[in-house]
Amino acid sequence: MGCHRVRQQCGAARRGARGLESPGLNAPLPTAADWPLAAHQVLQRHGFGLIGYVPDAGHKRLIELCQADARMRTVVMTTEEEGVGLAAGAWLGGMKCALLMQSSGVGNIVNALGMTRECRFPLLLLVTMRGENGEFNPWQVPMGQATPEVLRAMGVAVHHVASAAEIPGQVDASARIAYGSYCAAAVLIAQTLIGIKSFQEQANQ
Amino acid sequence: MNLHRRDVVKTLLADRGGLLVVAGLGSTAWDCTAAGDHDLTFPMWGAMGCAAMTGLGLALAQPQRRVLVITGDGEMLMGLGSLATIGVQKPENLAVVVIDNERYGETGMQETHTAYGADLAAMARAAGFASGALLRDAASVAALRKSIHQAAGPHFAQVKVAAEKIPLVLPPREGALLKSRFRAALLGESAALQ
Repeated sequence: MGCHRVRQQCGAARRGARGLESPGLNAPLPTAADWPLAAHQVLQRHGFGLIGYVPDAGHKRLIELCQADARMRTVVMTTEEEGVGLAAGAWLGGMKCALLMQSSGVGNIVNALGMTRECRFPLLLLVTMRGENGEFNPWQVPMGQATPEVLRAMGVAVHHVASAAEIPGQVDASARIAYGSYCAAAVLIAQTLIGIKSFQEQANQ
Repeated sequence: MNLHRRDVVKTLLADRGGLLVVAGLGSTAWDCTAAGDHDLTFPMWGAMGCAAMTGLGLALAQPQRRVLVITGDGEMLMGLGSLATIGVQKPENLAVVVIDNERYGETGMQETHTAYGADLAAMARAAGFASGALLRDAASVAALRKSIHQAAGPHFAQVKVAAEKIPLVLPPREGALLKSRFRAALLGESAALQ
């Protein structure tokens, strides 16, 4: 009996040791609320007619909500930098344009943000974060960790959101900052809200 | 190369009517200014590679107006992906014209990829533009001006011009001024209250 108990403990210890690769730890984190729906509603309320995006798994649902919205035109881009021009041109023509991107995309827009700042173009960025807590891909970490500083260095107002409940309020506040003050504002959506922990889960999205 | 860039741009902007113009940084911005500075021209002093996409945003926001992007071969090469993006959106009111001197004019006239045969017009056609032409003579440029105003786009043209150093004719530099004057001319003074 004693031996049996020892075996059980050994088994448990072995399962623990394998834990980093086990499906249990890789299961998606539960999300407290439907934040993409909330974000879409806020974009709608602010009258965004144009949504530029480079696809990101974390933005999948928000992209689909915008695509299904007859009052929004979505523009799929080859690189996030295109979006800075798109939004500038839209505003020259009197239309609001928001950009959806992953934190890696922030690295692709840096020089173009110089135009946003010099011309005082309003610009709203919704950025899903990678390279934060629980990142599985080491190549995402440098840009993800640098994202807030890079944006701030270019004069972008940055708000990091770590809970779904904060998203509607923060998207609303950032849109008000951008269009009230003629500047760029970014909402960084924490990786804990995206919940992707492995290549397999990313592929399944 | 028998075409001169200032003549080409002057022809394209003649009797421009309600045409909205985005000028890519460097020589094409000076060309547009030489043809006559205009509130409805947005000359860029930076954001290299973004001119065509700025034109796309404007074209989508103003579907009833014709939008013309005039930019250089170096600037267009830096934003080639935007050809694919425009090819997906297919705005009928947008034209992108590349004034191609096969040089980086502001940095010492170094050769660009078009000097080695990169065919931007073919790229635009392959990306889904309604037209993509390589132009080398004045009659074609005059016909292009008509298409820009009348024919359903998106249009793309690559106009081969002489590699020449010509006097700078500079537009205002301040970005906020250039933005605000454009919006006021297009949307009215109330645009400042949007």
